[in-house]
Amino acid sequence: MNLFDLTANEILKKIQCSELKPSALKAAIIERNSLVNPKTNAFIRTPDAVTILNTDGDVLPVGIKDNICIKGHLTTCGSRILDGFRPPYDACVVEKLRGAGNVIFGGLNMDEFAFGSSCETSFYGPSRNPWDLSRVPGGSSGGSAAAVAAGQVVWALGSDTGGSIRQPASFCGIVGLKPTYGRVSRYGLIAFGSSLDQIGPLTKDVTDCALLLNVIGGFDPRDSTSMDVAVPDYTQALTKDVKGLRIGIPKEYFIDGIQPEVLTAVNKAIEVLKGQGALIVPLSLPHTEYAVATYYIVATAEASSNLARFDGVEFGLRAMPSVPRKSSLLDMYEETRAQGFGNEAKRRIMLGTYVLSSGYYEAYYLRAQKVRTLIKQDFDKAFNECDVIISPTSPTTSFKIGEKMDDPIAMYLSDIFTIPANLAGIPAISIPCGFDSASLPIGLQFMAKPFAEETVLRAAYAYEQATPWHERRAVL
Amino acid sequence: MTTFETVIGLEVHLQLKTKTKIFCGCLNEFGSAPNTNVCPVCLGLPGTLPVLNRRVLEYGMKVGLALNCSINSFVKFDRKNYFYPDLPKGYQISQFDFPIAKLGFLDILVDGKEKRIGITRAHLEEDAGKLIHDTVNACTLVDYNRTGTPLIEIVSEPDLRSSQEAYDYLTGLKLILSYLNVSDCDMEKGSLRCDANVSIRPLGQIKLGTKAELKNLNSFSAVKRAIDFEVARQTTVILSGGSIVQETLLWDEAKGRTVSMRSKEQAHDYRYFPEPDLVPFIIKSDVIENMRQSLPELPQAKLSRFVSAYKLSTYDAGILIQDQSLADFFETCAKSYPDTKKIANWINGPILKEMNERKLGLTQLHLSPLNLVKLITRVEDGTISNIAAKDLLSDIVLTAKDADVLIAEKGIAQVSDDAALEKIVDELLAQNQKTVQEILSGKTTALGFLVGQAMKKTQGKANPKKLNDIFTRRLHHA
Amino acid sequence: MTSDANIISFKKRDEMITRETVNYISGLAKLHINEVQAQKFAGDLEAILHYVEKLNSLDVSQVKPTSHVLDMENVFRDDTVKPSLSQEQALAFSVEKLNGAYKVPKVIE
Repeated sequence: MNLFDLTANEILKKIQCSELKPSALKAAIIERNSLVNPKTNAFIRTPDAVTILNTDGDVLPVGIKDNICIKGHLTTCGSRILDGFRPPYDACVVEKLRGAGNVIFGGLNMDEFAFGSSCETSFYGPSRNPWDLSRVPGGSSGGSAAAVAAGQVVWALGSDTGGSIRQPASFCGIVGLKPTYGRVSRYGLIAFGSSLDQIGPLTKDVTDCALLLNVIGGFDPRDSTSMDVAVPDYTQALTKDVKGLRIGIPKEYFIDGIQPEVLTAVNKAIEVLKGQGALIVPLSLPHTEYAVATYYIVATAEASSNLARFDGVEFGLRAMPSVPRKSSLLDMYEETRAQGFGNEAKRRIMLGTYVLSSGYYEAYYLRAQKVRTLIKQDFDKAFNECDVIISPTSPTTSFKIGEKMDDPIAMYLSDIFTIPANLAGIPAISIPCGFDSASLPIGLQFMAKPFAEETVLRAAYAYEQATPWHERRAVL
Repeated sequence: MTTFETVIGLEVHLQLKTKTKIFCGCLNEFGSAPNTNVCPVCLGLPGTLPVLNRRVLEYGMKVGLALNCSINSFVKFDRKNYFYPDLPKGYQISQFDFPIAKLGFLDILVDGKEKRIGITRAHLEEDAGKLIHDTVNACTLVDYNRTGTPLIEIVSEPDLRSSQEAYDYLTGLKLILSYLNVSDCDMEKGSLRCDANVSIRPLGQIKLGTKAELKNLNSFSAVKRAIDFEVARQTTVILSGGSIVQETLLWDEAKGRTVSMRSKEQAHDYRYFPEPDLVPFIIKSDVIENMRQSLPELPQAKLSRFVSAYKLSTYDAGILIQDQSLADFFETCAKSYPDTKKIANWINGPILKEMNERKLGLTQLHLSPLNLVKLITRVEDGTISNIAAKDLLSDIVLTAKDADVLIAEKGIAQVSDDAALEKIVDELLAQNQKTVQEILSGKTTALGFLVGQAMKKTQGKANPKKLNDIFTRRLHHA
Repeated sequence: MTSDANIISFKKRDEMITRETVNYISGLAKLHINEVQAQKFAGDLEAILHYVEKLNSLDVSQVKPTSHVLDMENVFRDDTVKPSLSQEQALAFSVEKLNGAYKVPKVIE
């Protein structure tokens, strides 16, 4: 096996018994990147000895999505408007990784400001799916998923506002977890939808996912929405034992329009868990069909405000029109933002501005917040009947680059099964559960109630250990 | 001719003097070098998050309670979205529908009668940065030190009917706020700022006229002048058949007129929505009650108490309560000296004069209450004259020296020794027979001349009252 | 799930997204957009707003809005000083600087 194919857990064991030297691993990873990053474009800039941040004793190459601040390191959110921006501070998760033996690889590609489900809206060009380079790796954490799947890093961090960790994990055949809202500090995560965003791990298997969550989870006094709830050792949840675990099957997640191979794979997974002693509980989450609409109002409203700071005054890009149009101040604002943001970012800023504007707030934003309550209540009720909810992560496997770029709603609907967990603030994981006829990975999602990460990890681990999917690697 | 009624509502912004800013740990300090009290949070750098300074909420409660407001048990923050270079995030964190305090009032005196001015609400928010217009380089420079300074905005009802009422409201408000010790209340430093919404309407009309918002009012007297100007302007416009446009006007103090601000923003559509980065604040009723109990005695209550407990005139008490340190000083003196009227006269007279002349606060003068009492006592027991005492006060406020020590040093104790004074009187009577005759024939004012001569001989040390007595006695027994 | 009363009370979006609306919104958002983009955004916004109108079929008259998904309240920091950036650090990432300050085009014309 190649060094770059190893999981973090395997690496740590090999290092412990001196079978592996950290320097050899780092060299192998750098070599791997110089070879495959031109193909995957997982990193905006191919990592080299200069851009990698580590100190003595650091071992594990961790990839960081480009919307997580690294002190003194380019952090661009995949946008031109932040071109050249080097934050003067580290995100909370980066501090934690530095203190836990990780070698920081910054600059994983992403949809601009995490606006997308395909990684195509990045100013720095699309990333490509290691399983089929003509296809998207998913998004918005497409670079993170592609890098882990291609062995460019051992593991990576992404952010998930409506499925941005889980959907690319699903498309790239790896594990991705969106923790409970408030489990991981958002301090240093460049905000998209502040009430929805969470940072989470993208890893090669469930064990690594638990290990990485152990590092990044926990209370941070710099984030008012971070919860002061103790972080258990998540590896303790990896028991293979799901006897008596009540698994809910929401009928709204098993509907027409899902790619048949995806449905088949998920149904087979349910059988596997049943065989392991899990109890199957059919249930309903009746407001599921409203989730995408709710999400696009809440998330874009918050985004339109969060992105107001990119205005050319303090940092990043500043542009002036060649011919003055208005006052020089207005010209600077409007031209900087016109040149700095891509089309999808503009579209979402416009939508978010519209739904908050005078006369429309109640019709759109307030109504969406109320429907959000109904969606959350669906889950509250469901978790009285079951411990974990199972579903496909995405209705389809990876699609071709360019296929959905001109149809925003079709693109938005590819997040239909991942968005509800963000609206409800609950933890959700995607793990591989098979491949379609084009050899593209299929993802399986588990959701549980707030702060029940252990439950999703337990179900995911039991399934993973009974199936071979996590052992397959993309060939590049 | 139509008579118009003036309608004024005031918005007062008060900077709260917490140690640190509202959402980050940077120093909340005026006058530092540009961009030195800043951090990623108050610079609004991507990825940063606000965390509320506990003391800001406490100060907000204090202000609300002192203005007779009810404190909301559910308080939240909202984003007010607009672009301006002094606002690094492109939005201001403020409070929209659940402010810290609402529905209060402040009483002012109008024609000797109390008038209640409603306070709509008081809400907490962050201050913006400072723009410096650089004409030499034709650009604007931005200093973010002030960004994130905690503010409370106090919004009055449109209950004020004249510029004088506005002035009195502001004076009363500032006095209450200064008692709370939550702000410097210094307009020059910008820690207290005021905008005025002014409209006029035909007397008797219920509907409000179109208002203009006056900004750049840098003193209470500027508020008064600007309102007067604006009322006159609006009256002229309406009388000449025009109508008032709702707009923001800048007061030009030098030219004494308002100037229309070119609209920076096409419309005020602030797109308020709940700040997702801050969680709500629940204030329990016992917390509110404790805060109410801990409020200091407020000016109105102190005034009443001074009048009743110390038998002061409303006028004297009114001066004392204008400055908390004066009032406290007075009370300390009153503990060791019974003639409260005399203390008040000293404070409201010579001491205030010293403060004004030196432009110093009472606490900056080196005068202790005990030393003042000593000084008053020395006048009373005839050791020094009233005039000498006032001169001594000037020395004391600079040197902090004990009154008795200074009297001894300067050798200004009055000569009250009867034998010595009688000798001088006899000499003078002998030398000024003509004057004596005048006095005896009824021209009693000439006595002053003799007393003056005696004072001269003693280099001012003689006790004039005593001299007077002796002269009178001698003349009548002559 | 629907309630007639609620549908009636909801402000129906009777007009399509017009160029004026797009201009108003892009003005608020400080985005310069050209004629072609304006047409495109008008169509996109119309399609998305049409899609989200499905929320109008729900009766939410008795539902409280969710701003924060988890029950949290009273998160404070103490009024204690933390180190600030130096002026040099604060201006290190600036677009343009002058005399210790961020430099922008003149605000008052």
